[in-house]
Amino acid sequence: MKGRASNPLVVNGALIGLALVALFPLFWMISVSLMQPGEAADVPPPLLPSDPTFENYLRLFGQTGMGRYFLNSLVLAVSATALSLFFNVTAGYAFAKLRFKGRDTIFRLLLAALVIPAQVAMIPLFLMLKEMGLINTYLGVLVPTMANVFGIFLVRQYALSVPTEMLEAARLDGAGEIRIFASIVLPALRPIIVTLGIFAFLASWNDFLWPLIVLIDDDMYTLPVAIAALSREHVQDAELMMAGAVVTVLPVLFLFLGLQRFYLRGLLLGSVKG
Amino acid sequence: MSPLQRASGWIFAGPALVVLSVFFFLPVLAAFALSLTDFDIYALADISNLRFVGLDNYAELIGRPIFWKALGNTVYFVGAGVPLSIAVSLFAALLLHSRASFLKPLFRTALFAPVVTTVVAVAVIWRYLLHTRYGILNAALESVGLPAVDWLGDPNVSMPAIILFAVWKNFGYNMIIILAGLQAIPDDLYEAARIDGANRVQQFIHVTLPSLAPILFLVGVITTAGYFQLFAEPYVMTEGGPVQSTLSILYFMYEEGFKWWSLGSASAVAFLLFVIMLGVTAVQYAVMRRRGGLA
Repeated sequence: MKGRASNPLVVNGALIGLALVALFPLFWMISVSLMQPGEAADVPPPLLPSDPTFENYLRLFGQTGMGRYFLNSLVLAVSATALSLFFNVTAGYAFAKLRFKGRDTIFRLLLAALVIPAQVAMIPLFLMLKEMGLINTYLGVLVPTMANVFGIFLVRQYALSVPTEMLEAARLDGAGEIRIFASIVLPALRPIIVTLGIFAFLASWNDFLWPLIVLIDDDMYTLPVAIAALSREHVQDAELMMAGAVVTVLPVLFLFLGLQRFYLRGLLLGSVKG
Repeated sequence: MSPLQRASGWIFAGPALVVLSVFFFLPVLAAFALSLTDFDIYALADISNLRFVGLDNYAELIGRPIFWKALGNTVYFVGAGVPLSIAVSLFAALLLHSRASFLKPLFRTALFAPVVTTVVAVAVIWRYLLHTRYGILNAALESVGLPAVDWLGDPNVSMPAIILFAVWKNFGYNMIIILAGLQAIPDDLYEAARIDGANRVQQFIHVTLPSLAPILFLVGVITTAGYFQLFAEPYVMTEGGPVQSTLSILYFMYEEGFKWWSLGSASAVAFLLFVIMLGVTAVQYAVMRRRGGLA
């Protein structure tokens, strides 16, 4: 609160306490992933590995096909990001800056559709993809990530600030619509493109229910699906499971740390009512 | 305007609208149609086995105790989890906003970190932290003389344990939104309150909370919708148990649909979830409007 400053000792003490709670499970994950097999089950539970080892990572990649899961997740997240950018940036721009019949009505309908939970569509979508032979394929996982209302909304909010005069001037100079989009709109939208890209990547990387439904064979599993299956199989092997968690969590954590500014801006822009 | 210019709106918006129509709106409508059939493993093999059954799936669900159990568990998770999450988010945002806090960007990043992590992976971590015998949490409890708790094995504490996990995982998200709201409150309001002799608690009640009301309402609606979709946490941490104490609506839908292949009944579950969420959102808006906090 503004005004007379609160006691710095209390405020910072509470912040340190909260930060410890937020980070402790992640710290513990890394620590246990470096322990000797079985060490985490000692009583009392150790906080640091007595004799750090990479053996769990070797076992993970050697015995469980983790390399394959990682590759699946990476290919899917990169593809989902590219698809999401293509569909949502073009549509977001159209809803912000191009005039076409029914535009505002359609946009209102899209916003209203935000109240429909995605899971409602999942069962028919599963049957549809089954007919198309897309069950247990990358494409089947990607289908629902292509276009989404939130992404269109995010881009539209940002694109509203692109000056219309700039677009009109280019049109008077005889530039075509595709050219205007590529040379004026895309550069102006670069920050929100980065934001949407991070959102799409994280959403794909962390997604669970849909890949769990669509992916049947073990060698198609993404990291979350594989981790969930492994954790049922290797319940006693805390060290192995924590190595798996590290491989799953650290990439997105680093991505966030590197692009935090863009991520948080998108979060705030997305929470503004349309 | 050239014809191309006139068509350009459709050209740019078209691809996304087609994709959304085919892969979202159409399936949503189909889900309702499917919920009126007895689509099961026989129909999956041969569609001629499919029969129209009207509202039978809904009637049957309403008569099954497990459906009410799943609904009750989900309402418990939402009812306790949402206020608790927002309270922690508000507390963290107030701390970060305080003039007395140092290293704000560092703390903000640390508190936000759980939000970007993969829910399945961190749920596995928490399963070990909450382990009755080897878990750190029980070791900490016992070190201060408290009894160990069978977090994920006792049906009375399994849901609180999952709520605890969800609060840890999610509070950073709303914290960022509330923090932005706090920063937007004009200093003059506090100034005026101080001149009127308001102490810090009174300032919080009469300036901070009313100014934040629209934002707290917004994060309440968003968080409620998200928490109704509880699935990965119980799937990984408890498999819906013990004795179905953490079976959520979506978990029930998943098992009904993809374990037993009763896709008609599962579609009815999905639709009921949607209707319930819609109802809750409508009530939230009505309450907010009555309080006059919504423009």
